[in-house]
Amino acid sequence: MSWRRFFRRAQWDDERAREQRAHLEIEMDEHVARGMNQEDARTAAYRKLGNPTLVREEIYGMNSISWLESAWQDLRYAWRTLRHTPSFSVVALLSLALGIGANTAIFQLINAVKLRTLPIPHADRIVEYRIETHGKGRTGQFNGERPLMSYPLYESIVQQPGLGRVFAWGTAGFDLADGGESQPARGLFVTGPLFDIAGVRPAAGRLITASDDTRGCGTPAAVLSFPFWQSKFGGDPHIQGKTLKLNGNSFVIAGVAESGFFGFEVGRAFDVAIPMCAEPLLRTRSALANREIWWLSVMARLDDAHSIAAAEKRAASISSALFASTLPPGYRQGDADNYKAFGLLVVPVGTGVSQIRATYAEPLTLLLYIAGMVLVIACGNLANLMLARASVRQSEMAVRLAIGASRRRLIRQLMVESLLIAAGGAVAGTFVAGALSRVLVTFLDNPSGRRVFVDLGIDWTVLAFTAGLAAITCLLFGLAPAFRATRTSPSQIMRASGRGLTDGRDRFNLRRALVITQLALSLVLITGALLFGGTLKNLINVDTGFTAAGVTQVDIDYRHADIPEAQRLQFQLDLVNRLRAVPGVMSAASAYIVPLSGSGWNQNVVVDGKEQQPYTNITRVGSSYFDVMEMPLVTGRNFDERDTLAAPQVAIVTEAFAKTYFHAPAPIGREFHLAGRIGEPDPAYTVIGVVHDIKYEGLHEPSGPVVFFPHTQEREANLDMTIVFRASGDVNAAITQLARGIEPRMLVTFSRVDQVIGATLVRERLMATLSGFFGIVAMILAAIGLYGVMSYVVERRRSEIGIRIALGAEHTQVISMFMRESAWLIGAGLAVGLALAYVAAKSAATLLFGMTPKDPAPFVLAAAMLAVVALLAAFLPARRASRQSPTTALRG
Amino acid sequence: MPKRGTTPIQEEMLQGTLDVLILRTLVGGASHGHTIAYVIERQSDDMLQVQHGSLYPALHRLEDRGWITSFWGLSENNRKARFYRLTAKGRRQLVSQTNRWDALVRAVNRVLKPSGEPR
Repeated sequence: MSWRRFFRRAQWDDERAREQRAHLEIEMDEHVARGMNQEDARTAAYRKLGNPTLVREEIYGMNSISWLESAWQDLRYAWRTLRHTPSFSVVALLSLALGIGANTAIFQLINAVKLRTLPIPHADRIVEYRIETHGKGRTGQFNGERPLMSYPLYESIVQQPGLGRVFAWGTAGFDLADGGESQPARGLFVTGPLFDIAGVRPAAGRLITASDDTRGCGTPAAVLSFPFWQSKFGGDPHIQGKTLKLNGNSFVIAGVAESGFFGFEVGRAFDVAIPMCAEPLLRTRSALANREIWWLSVMARLDDAHSIAAAEKRAASISSALFASTLPPGYRQGDADNYKAFGLLVVPVGTGVSQIRATYAEPLTLLLYIAGMVLVIACGNLANLMLARASVRQSEMAVRLAIGASRRRLIRQLMVESLLIAAGGAVAGTFVAGALSRVLVTFLDNPSGRRVFVDLGIDWTVLAFTAGLAAITCLLFGLAPAFRATRTSPSQIMRASGRGLTDGRDRFNLRRALVITQLALSLVLITGALLFGGTLKNLINVDTGFTAAGVTQVDIDYRHADIPEAQRLQFQLDLVNRLRAVPGVMSAASAYIVPLSGSGWNQNVVVDGKEQQPYTNITRVGSSYFDVMEMPLVTGRNFDERDTLAAPQVAIVTEAFAKTYFHAPAPIGREFHLAGRIGEPDPAYTVIGVVHDIKYEGLHEPSGPVVFFPHTQEREANLDMTIVFRASGDVNAAITQLARGIEPRMLVTFSRVDQVIGATLVRERLMATLSGFFGIVAMILAAIGLYGVMSYVVERRRSEIGIRIALGAEHTQVISMFMRESAWLIGAGLAVGLALAYVAAKSAATLLFGMTPKDPAPFVLAAAMLAVVALLAAFLPARRASRQSPTTALRG
Repeated sequence: MPKRGTTPIQEEMLQGTLDVLILRTLVGGASHGHTIAYVIERQSDDMLQVQHGSLYPALHRLEDRGWITSFWGLSENNRKARFYRLTAKGRRQLVSQTNRWDALVRAVNRVLKPSGEPR
């Protein structure tokens, strides 16, 4: 069979017809020649040939690829049928588009965050070296997004043979502004050969190479990311050689990295990359020679010969020497012992490393399940619609069966219809997903400026997922109705197509099962929504111990003011006073650490000569701090002018501190020490006051001991400071003005403390909003499902109701008859749903806060809400039934 | 007309038999469907009655396999008709099909009329 003939089979058929006509004519000629009359000759010729149409059909059949032919027929037929019932088609298409769209959007995000490999060649050979700490912590300073290694550790690792081609990177926030309000940029410190090893190509100019990264580099080279080049420089083709200010220092732009390269951390992209050697220019305290500043991720590309196992073996063998040779000199005995016992780990990171992966993998997977359930519920409604259609088309099916269509053929044709709807839904869903996933990403963004970057491009994985989803939904809503519709003997239908008083229960049970499933699943989703909503509410309402609303924090970087170290404290104290004098500012105080902002300072406390575990959180504040944050003193006194550098060091502690370390509610006058550096005496502090407990590290964490030191006793004042203040009206411009007046290159950054804290709840907000949205959608869908089934029941029993009413049944009796049936369905749905919801809640327990699966309230509330909505949905058709007049019912 | 005493074979012909008969008919030169049918009937002394209805699908099948080709021409009584001609490939097929037929006939005969072999 040739394709050419397949496509030209109409013409071919025409030829065959002519050929047979010729045959008949020749035959007739011969008969006539033998003396037959014209009419007899024709009859004889036809008798001899047989049915010409049948012969043609046989040949036509030989010319066609029969499955393709009939598939095409089915498709056209399905298209016509769907076009004839536009409302059904639109409802089906829309609900599927939403369902598939939501699922695809979430999957797109999961794909981008979790599944996709780094956009560099042979990403599967990239490994990250990590420290096995055996559960012991590392002490020191932690900077940037991935503080796994110190620079001296990197220098040791890179010299080891057998560990692949090693490179390292660290992140930092850069400031593009040349004085005034800061313009943050996401910075990436890279070792010289990083781009070369990773296999990144330049989009313009050149990239950083090993020769750029030499100790004490003069005018360092900077590489821009492609998106930054586009947004900040409009894709300027002559970008090479231009300069860029980073924290006030000039950098020469060497080039632009290729468009796909965002770094190695999924969820974060960089704007500017600069070589490691430039780090001392940008930080007030360089980390290059420091063994206890953790700020790097050390990675390597293993070449073909290197298996990961070999690298692991090598790493294990050098571990003890590596850590012994890089021991931080300031470590106390315990820390040093821990450090020397560390091991070097090799972890394949072909899909990149990611903070947001750890944070969002579980919630996203859960959301995918939730969206999947919504899709199942939507499919339930579609199946119901299909069943209703099937009963409308029963006589059509009966006729087709009667004239010899096979059941398989009919099922196939009905499935083609479903497939067409599913495919349409998938296509529309892809567009919905495009918009939805972008909205999802903005959810993950946090308002304090640390934007989440994920590459949402559609790839084969996503397409395969969507196609698979379409196929599954098609089976879900199409298969059972197709089987039902064709499982009839023609005679039975023909006979039943008249009016019957009762209805077969058989077809119903499937519909009832569908509705029960829908109700059960939506109960799960509503319960989930209540649990996540409750979690968010609990976290928002957590007693932080201070009032964040109305407080603004301003970070001031005054390194360019060149204040000598001895005068820095006075400069800072003056700055607070001048800020306080700005019109509109009501109160202001310095704060070394703003609680719940993500940064922290902790050390071990020594009480009565005993070092306390674990660490204690610390901050250093001005005396007005407790006013600004609305934290009244419980007992004792506030910091004041007595607490100078020369005076004994004092501290205000929280109630938890007093209770944990002194076992007394008001340990005024008691003394404690901070565990200091080795070889130095532990500094002593006297407690002068107690405040209520505060949350310091996170809203989820219990309120542990916290200690406040006075700003006035700061011995190592930094080149930057943070001030918190309350003001009436917008005073930010005035404060910027004030800072510029002192030094034009001073950098100031404002943020609202409640927003910064709110940003830590992104995950909870995402879960609460989306699960709430899906919960409501699910409830509406289930209500529609129940409404549909009850309407159908009412419709089927019209004559029965008519007779009942004619015989004197009251409206209420008719209503209660149907409501009893609905109540049974709802009850079954709720029972199954409650069991499922309990299991689901238990598996999501880690994402909850202040809510437990054991608390019956959310379950009861969800069940009550669903019951009310469902009863309402069932009531409408029941009331319609009770209002019909007996005559219309009987006549109809 | 069939000869008296023997009944013409009206049932389905043995699978593939019609094909080889058509090929054999065409050895003498190109002919159209009507001629082919009558030649087969006459050569078999009217024992083989060709179902004209099955003739054309068979011709189509053979052409599909490339054993024959077709063209439009004029019949003996000046009617336009489709003529079929044997191709080289068809000729080879005829030889091998004929051999197969002979082998089949011998085999069937051995079963039906066993010669005096010792039992």
